[in-house]
Amino acid sequence: MQAWFEQLADAVSSQLQGGEGFTLWFSGERSDFVRFNHGQIRQAGQVFQLYLTLQLIQGQKQAAHSFSMQGELAHDREVLLAGLHTLRGLLPQLQDDPHLMLADTRQDSCRIEPSRLPDATQIAADIAVTAAGTDLVGILAVGPVYYAFANHLGQRNWQETTSFNFDWSLHACGDKAVKRGQAGFEWDAAAFAADLHAAGQQLILLSRPARTLQPGAYRAYLAPAAVGELFTLFNWEALSAQSIHSKRSALLKLVEGERQFSPLVSLSENTAAGLAPDFQGEGFRKPKRLCLIEHGQFVHALVSPRSAREFGLASNGADGSESANSFDMAAGQLAQQDVLRQLDTGLYLNNLWYLNYSDRSHCRITGMTRFACFWVEQGELVAPLNVMRFDDSLYRMLGDQLEALTIEREWLVDPMSYDSRSSSSMRLPGALLSSLQLVL
Amino acid sequence: MADTLKTLFEALPTEGFFCSLRHVRAHRETLTVRRGVPQPVTLTEDVGVMLSVVAQGGHGYAATSDVSLAGLQRALERALQWAALHARHAAYEVSQYPLMHPVGEYCGPGANQALDWHRGELFARLQQEADACRIDPRIVEWSVTLGRVDEEHRYLTNGGGDTLQRFRYLMPGIVITAFADGETQSRSFGGQYNGYCQQGGLGMLQAAGFWGAGSKVADEALQLLQAPNCPSERMDLLLMPEQMMLQIHESIGHPLELDRILGDERNMAGTSFVTPDMFGHYQYGSSLLNVTYDPSIREEFASYGWDDEGHASEKVWLIKDGILQRPLGSPLSQQRAGLTGVANARASGWHRAPIDRMANLNIEPGTQSLAELVAGIEHGVLMDTNVSWSIDDSRNKFQFGCEWGQLIENGELKGVVKNPNYRGISANFWRSLSAVGDVHTRKVMGTPYCGKGEPNQVIRVGHASPACVFRNIEVFGGAA
Repeated sequence: MQAWFEQLADAVSSQLQGGEGFTLWFSGERSDFVRFNHGQIRQAGQVFQLYLTLQLIQGQKQAAHSFSMQGELAHDREVLLAGLHTLRGLLPQLQDDPHLMLADTRQDSCRIEPSRLPDATQIAADIAVTAAGTDLVGILAVGPVYYAFANHLGQRNWQETTSFNFDWSLHACGDKAVKRGQAGFEWDAAAFAADLHAAGQQLILLSRPARTLQPGAYRAYLAPAAVGELFTLFNWEALSAQSIHSKRSALLKLVEGERQFSPLVSLSENTAAGLAPDFQGEGFRKPKRLCLIEHGQFVHALVSPRSAREFGLASNGADGSESANSFDMAAGQLAQQDVLRQLDTGLYLNNLWYLNYSDRSHCRITGMTRFACFWVEQGELVAPLNVMRFDDSLYRMLGDQLEALTIEREWLVDPMSYDSRSSSSMRLPGALLSSLQLVL
Repeated sequence: MADTLKTLFEALPTEGFFCSLRHVRAHRETLTVRRGVPQPVTLTEDVGVMLSVVAQGGHGYAATSDVSLAGLQRALERALQWAALHARHAAYEVSQYPLMHPVGEYCGPGANQALDWHRGELFARLQQEADACRIDPRIVEWSVTLGRVDEEHRYLTNGGGDTLQRFRYLMPGIVITAFADGETQSRSFGGQYNGYCQQGGLGMLQAAGFWGAGSKVADEALQLLQAPNCPSERMDLLLMPEQMMLQIHESIGHPLELDRILGDERNMAGTSFVTPDMFGHYQYGSSLLNVTYDPSIREEFASYGWDDEGHASEKVWLIKDGILQRPLGSPLSQQRAGLTGVANARASGWHRAPIDRMANLNIEPGTQSLAELVAGIEHGVLMDTNVSWSIDDSRNKFQFGCEWGQLIENGELKGVVKNPNYRGISANFWRSLSAVGDVHTRKVMGTPYCGKGEPNQVIRVGHASPACVFRNIEVFGGAA
């Protein structure tokens, strides 16, 4: 596949006319997807997709053409060069783009993680045999994922990883469930069986009579997955340079120094420790680590090349979406084994769900409890919680109400697959809050 | 291509089992002027197929962007491998899988005509609209956008099924942000996610009020900047269509999806407070609530002739006079649940397998004018245009926020309020429906961005709704 891409890039390069430049972005995958319900296979199949986006540049004019590809060189070269011809005809219709910014120095890279996985049918069979008789629901994704970049300077970047992600939950007692997942480069059927057994033990706790709480403020522990939901929300524009400069960022008051988070909060984009490629669509390489928030104070926004040009900033290699792909939150001092004792009485929330802003200017957010969430009394899990809604300001939750972060952190690999499999991940601690406002 | 495709399909060794081929070709383009600057143009051509087999007692699929004969052969082989494994570990009786062989053609409005898409002229009009947005220095961000998608869907089966459908989708949008004294307010044309999306040609833009909307949207953003927060108390709530579409979508559409009710979506999108035993008698809303699945409003965003597994679509009542009638379930889900549903096995593209999705989901108009709806409220608030949405995994406890709020006192519209939010429980909320606007209050809207499924899919849906009044709802404003 790498040779196919490089030959296509060379083909475009050889057809350039005076003053033209180009970029070529490739994303592709051969993914087997298996849905499970009731511990058995609900839907199973494979998706093979190759997408190329060719950008043609002439002076300050630019336009792009995106194609699905067959993977057969002669056919794809013909399609790509026809696209080049179309773009050449399109550019005169367009105005100069004042925000066009391209990498001007060549920065090659190559990362290949060859497959160490059995065929996806074997993994799916392992799961179905082990989960038979349970009410396991989930999605297995297996196979290679490719990203690549090329440009007229001869720059070539390639990333190829073959991984799996099995995101699942084990259900019982009506709407109660334990959420789990495995992801990585090697499949361990025994480890999955052990995890399934452990989840089954947690279901016993969920079988106790559920507690419905009255709205009000409660002490709360947010497990790393729940913290991840908070970050997923504000990763949607809040740390983007464009959103900040257009005043749409929910963290504007943090950026402008009017508010701050607890000194415990330090957050970075740790590309070196993530799964996402360290290059982006305009050809810029990403720093290994970029500090975003340090000891509660804003440090850096995610700045794409376009925003750099528009707002006179230094780009830090962010994608066009200006979202983080590899969040890394610093650990705290609270040992996981002490969480229940420190919580004493309150909420133990393993997951949150469906967060959104109820007042964006003040970073006030709402969302739901979901999956194994418990009421805790005197350091003991007493009862599962019925679903509750919270509505609170992030400046409180990660500010004056943040008591502690755990020493241990979890690595959460994003199972999302809108259009293509995500390469995002987060490494996060759990968070103990003095209070969280429940409203419904 | 159409004949070539059929030749390729017929060349595949599919004797002795059911095999379908779903081919989708999509051309996409979006023109945007942001802060007065035309944004880069990307033309997209996306072509691929999904082969689906019911063989050896199992079901499997394989989708590929390699539409050569060799590519289809590889896909068929993989689909059969998955069918074989599915046969040993299936979560449902594979004999329930519907084997349809539809024949015919469907052409959505405008899809059989050349699109008058002159980029230079359109950019000039968008630029003009963008310039009209900047009426005050406090307008700090503004964008005007127009997206188009032309799609062709071919569905073939080895039992003689052969349908061809063509669609043209247009997605206009305006989003304007005003800022002053630490406060940000955004206002949009039809929501920040293209709520006025419809099928048809460029004439729909005029009908939807797109051209010329910029200055009004900007003026309303400035009004919001100066407005007080929405009060926090229980009061009557008048929801306009730009918010009703979200209310319908989240608290009727998703709860009625039969695959959620069957548990398929519990790991991600969630389940439903609706259970199979409720159909036929459950009081979903007040007697004023009439909800239809309606593919007959052809310009609506999710009108089609057949769904992605070849089931013909027709208008049906999901809720009639407040009573729950039937779910949004495709034939396979119907078989699994023993319920009658609708033709809504739909996929976001060639590379995703069909699942149960709402398509056009509408509230039927009532009899009252907008003036009569307002006049009937002693103490309440009008809310319009969704900006925030959150609901629990069984689609019951919700909290929604709007861009625009306006107080109502003694039957008259009063001052503007910012950050208007409301919350409730689906199972109670619809029973508080106390008045339904007439056809003149109705707008045909939709969204290109309904997410669901594992693997994940974003799909187009349509929602037409009149304005509606709900009694005694928990309303609240912002934090400041």
